[in-house]
Amino acid sequence: MKISGAKIVVETLIEQGCDTIFGYPGGQVIDLFDELYSAESRIKHIIAAHEQGAAHAADGYARSTGKVGVVIATSGPGATNLVTGIATAYLDSVPMVAITGNVACSLIGRDSFQEVDIVGITMPITKHNFIVKDIKELADTLRTAFKIAKSGRQGPVLVDIPQDVQQALCEYESNAQPVIPYPLTFASEDKLQKAAALINSCEKPYIYFGGGVISGKASQQVTALAEKIDAPLGCSLMGLSAVSCDHPRFLGMQGMHGHFASTVAQNEADLVIALGVRFSNRAAGDDSRYPKHTSIIHIDIDGAELHKNVPADVAIKGDLHDSLERLIAMAEEKKHPQWWERIGQLRTEEKTHTAAALSAAKARRGGRKLSPYEIIDAISSRAGEDAVIVTDVGQHQMWTAQRYPLKKPRTFLSSGGLGTMGFGLGAAVGAACATGRRCILFTGDGSFGMDLCELATAVSQKLPITVVIMNNGVLGMVRQMQTLFYDKRYSNTTLDRSTDFAKLAEAFGAKGGHAASAEELEKLADEALSCNTPFVIDCEVDSDELVLPMLPNGGSIDDMITEIK
Amino acid sequence: MEQQYVIGVIVANVSGVLSRVSGMFTRRGFNIDSLTVGETESSGFSRITIAFHGDEDIKERILQQLQKLHDVREVEVLDNKDTVIRELLLIKVRNKAEIRQDIMTAVEIFRSKIVDYSPTSLTCELTGETSKIDAFIELLKPFGIMEMCRTGIVAIERGENCLKTVK
Repeated sequence: MKISGAKIVVETLIEQGCDTIFGYPGGQVIDLFDELYSAESRIKHIIAAHEQGAAHAADGYARSTGKVGVVIATSGPGATNLVTGIATAYLDSVPMVAITGNVACSLIGRDSFQEVDIVGITMPITKHNFIVKDIKELADTLRTAFKIAKSGRQGPVLVDIPQDVQQALCEYESNAQPVIPYPLTFASEDKLQKAAALINSCEKPYIYFGGGVISGKASQQVTALAEKIDAPLGCSLMGLSAVSCDHPRFLGMQGMHGHFASTVAQNEADLVIALGVRFSNRAAGDDSRYPKHTSIIHIDIDGAELHKNVPADVAIKGDLHDSLERLIAMAEEKKHPQWWERIGQLRTEEKTHTAAALSAAKARRGGRKLSPYEIIDAISSRAGEDAVIVTDVGQHQMWTAQRYPLKKPRTFLSSGGLGTMGFGLGAAVGAACATGRRCILFTGDGSFGMDLCELATAVSQKLPITVVIMNNGVLGMVRQMQTLFYDKRYSNTTLDRSTDFAKLAEAFGAKGGHAASAEELEKLADEALSCNTPFVIDCEVDSDELVLPMLPNGGSIDDMITEIK
Repeated sequence: MEQQYVIGVIVANVSGVLSRVSGMFTRRGFNIDSLTVGETESSGFSRITIAFHGDEDIKERILQQLQKLHDVREVEVLDNKDTVIRELLLIKVRNKAEIRQDIMTAVEIFRSKIVDYSPTSLTCELTGETSKIDAFIELLKPFGIMEMCRTGIVAIERGENCLKTVK
């Protein structure tokens, strides 16, 4: 039987295992939404407040579950509003399929109303994209989109469907199963042998892991390797949650605002074993960060990452789970007591630095307002291990990354690569819809200003989302750089707004409260975390709070700032 | 060490594929010296020949990034020594009695061909390696080049070796 292109899209999404999708209707996807209306009992569509929020929701859905997130938007502005969301997913390798409507084929290229070349626009920020001009290719194109999104290094794929293709009729045959990814690449035995030889002869190994460990489901292998070869573990922002924070070998996030111990240990190691990372300039600097005698083993599913930012002595393209299983078998059991003695010193030194920085901040605050760590502790002590922690971008993101006790993979969602302010609430909506669990968004007053419209979605969907605003009245991350490197010339980072976020929450139909003291915070945290609907806690934070330690851009390890007097 | 590389790329013959390939170079900050594209013996595929300058590291990164593109089926660096490289030039010069004989001599020596002759202009066609084309242009410069266009290089390996995707 012939069915419409719009129905083919909906049937293919269901066939691919989509239960919840996100989007926003419009003139060129009206046929698609008409079919979604008929299929309501089989696939749920969540309408966001803004297409960007919908894209971040699809992203949050994917990050929290590992499944492909789907977002639908209309042509023109609907499609361009997805762009930041797609780029965010691309930079963090999140599997996503974005479906856009477009004007009818006969109108393409004429600058018709709400027409843009979204395929051209998204070419550099998708793994691949398509425009489907022949309805006969529609179902298979969508299947290929899913296949590409979830194969190898995952990422977003966009499918643009002109309105006449949605309206045309065609035979459709359902696939019984969702498409399976392209076969994985497996590491060559020879390369693994070379890696094992380096591991077996090193004295000071350090494992630096990233988001690839989460998408490659290799958390257990990473810790098993660390135990066998007696290595400390550190990670990039994207690696957080892959290994439990209370693992005795875990030194925390490394890099620009990473933990002192992991950042220095990486620099002092004689062997860095980099797993599922891309040596981002924020996490690992450039190769000048590594002393000449440091050897590097780099394993990644994406061959293009090898030698891209930092040249490796042994570069291995392959699935991480499998590569590590085999590498663990080849590696000799080792003990490096001297190295661990040094790690112990670094940990002690870190404690001293942290205590000094906290007490300096406390003195600056003079007993007023809340400290960022105190806010995080008040929430984490009540939240439970299964809560999904989401952040926006800025100081609050780094404080959360440094402090929040993350224990299970896929419980920390943050825009690492693109650094998208306004990512958080959309992503929290997506994660809450996907998991049904509590989602806690740590955000700042700057970031929240960019995504607060999604409170409407959180309320309409009655989602258990707790929003914690670290409200310092400034764009703190940029201000911090102005403080340290621009002579305190605070150009346009003082917001000087008088938004009452508690009232704003109420206006949206959520609950909200304001905390300026520890007692107020405790009370609100109790209330918010026992409430299963959206709750906004507006926390007063001093505008001069700093994220420390800080490794200035392009600086070496000796330039690390651990304390501001 | 910096050198010129010539790579052959087999791609699916679909709309947008040239944008994807050239866009990758732009986005990653690699420079293209020459790019040509045309059909292959199999109708579903096109062959792109790209020349670029760079060191071993740049070359590797370009290959890796190209291999990641969904429409790219095969990428190979063509060994300069074992590859026939050709370019086509069409060049128009002034047709004046006092220089005509000199032009004709150059055409003969370079095994070029006159493909258009008018009272005021002469158009020559020349194929050859880039260096030969460059030399010919240099030679004609003093006679007044009216306009010229060159195709960029195409390249194919000598002997049995083939760059094929359909096996």
